[in-house]
Amino acid sequence: MIAMYVLWLRQIKRYVRSRARLVGSLGQPLLFLLGLGFGLGPVFRKAGQGSYLQFLAPGIVGMTVLFTAIFSGIELIWDRQFGFLKETLVAPVPRVQIMIGRTLGGATVATIQGLIVVAIAAAAGFRVTHLAELPLAFVFMLLIALMFTALGTAIASVLADFQGFQLVMNFLVMPIFFLSGALFPLAGVPKALDIIASIDPLSYGVDGLRATLVGGAHFGIALDLGVLVVTSAAFIIIGAWLFSRIEL
Amino acid sequence: MIRVRELTKTFGDFVAVNAISFDVEQGEIFAFLGPNGAGKTTTIKMLTTLLRPTSGSIQLADVDPSVHKDRARRLFGIVFQDPSLDDELTAAENLAIHGALYHVPRKTIVERSERLLKLFELWDRRDDLVKRYSGGMRRRLEIARSLLHTPRIIFLDEPSLGLDPQTRNQLWAHVRRLNEEEGVTVFLTTHYMEEADRVAQRVAIIDHGKIIAQGSPEELKEKSAADSLEDAFLKLTGTTIRDEDADPRQRMRNMSNVWRGGRR
Repeated sequence: MIAMYVLWLRQIKRYVRSRARLVGSLGQPLLFLLGLGFGLGPVFRKAGQGSYLQFLAPGIVGMTVLFTAIFSGIELIWDRQFGFLKETLVAPVPRVQIMIGRTLGGATVATIQGLIVVAIAAAAGFRVTHLAELPLAFVFMLLIALMFTALGTAIASVLADFQGFQLVMNFLVMPIFFLSGALFPLAGVPKALDIIASIDPLSYGVDGLRATLVGGAHFGIALDLGVLVVTSAAFIIIGAWLFSRIEL
Repeated sequence: MIRVRELTKTFGDFVAVNAISFDVEQGEIFAFLGPNGAGKTTTIKMLTTLLRPTSGSIQLADVDPSVHKDRARRLFGIVFQDPSLDDELTAAENLAIHGALYHVPRKTIVERSERLLKLFELWDRRDDLVKRYSGGMRRRLEIARSLLHTPRIIFLDEPSLGLDPQTRNQLWAHVRRLNEEEGVTVFLTTHYMEEADRVAQRVAIIDHGKIIAQGSPEELKEKSAADSLEDAFLKLTGTTIRDEDADPRQRMRNMSNVWRGGRR
């Protein structure tokens, strides 16, 4: 337990100290919110869908959590190349605990980033209409964060260096984001896209966030929660297994 | 304290460590001396549970590290060839994490950190981020950290690599002092002859995965009728310069590429 705690604390400390990273990582969601939110807003309204900012903000929160979480997981490659990983691997601590401690740390950081984006969106005019469901929205953020930190850790456990990182970004992370319904309503999309979106775990995360923050679920909150819990558990198990097989 | 018999590690066809046997006594400073690619790091990895031996036996204070990994891990501290500190954290924080990972009680962590940081002359800089440290300070911090959980053995893999002569000199003074004050057994690898000569009580010369001679520096000089350990070393290992070989895992990869039809 104490090992998991110190590894969690390490991630938090590193996050709090690197202000450049904190500010830098919020630039992108801000750009999306302002550029897309206000740029496409009039078109969205003309189509009779109401405020695009209201629709988009939960998607951008999901995006922020996704990116931060995947990156926290991938950071393992960094630790591997610059050494700290070895320190943890020769310690008398089961590897599963090391993996879970790291994952919880990364997920906490990603959730905090998500909360900051909610605040930024609110400053831009986004209104949380279901204040009573805010705690549930927090649970959704935490689940998205856990799921993708574990996925990032799993990927980093099999990548030896940063060479494969671009590949992962372009062929995994970006599709997960763009095809999730973060940017557009899933109702009435072409069949192929509908199928892809229903395989994409982030779709359920964004749907859950949207349902709890502003209302209007596509899949339904119960299904969203179910899928996220099962997928998170699966990624944590796979991640822990791959992590325990790392050789130096 | 360390007892190794017929220890062998192969990677595919490549024999990295070939049936080596040696003993290290309690409280001794023992040096593994050999050129690059001789099998020093592979041996350390097997002794420290990071690699499973292909055959042969290891006893660290009566514990077999390939069977009782966690018990063995509490017995030793290790300083790797390349850095393993978290440089976004302070020296004190790096020590605190290490202590927690080794189940050292909180109070002991504080007391022992102070003692070790003072011993290694890092106490005044304990709250600085490690990224502001020089190479020599980092190496000292790594050694201090490896001792936090009061191990009975420490492994130092090429601890002086990349340090300037002054820092190296100071580092060895620290290692000797530590060996005297804490009675810890030191197992180190190096390819600098004069270092082995100066700090180690006993030396094993390893080349191409085999131990070709072992004994005190004086015995080795006598054996090879050389004036210095450097001459003895060159007589025993030959004077040809060898290219830095890729590490065994890289060789494996190259080999598997050949098997796949040589596609890169």
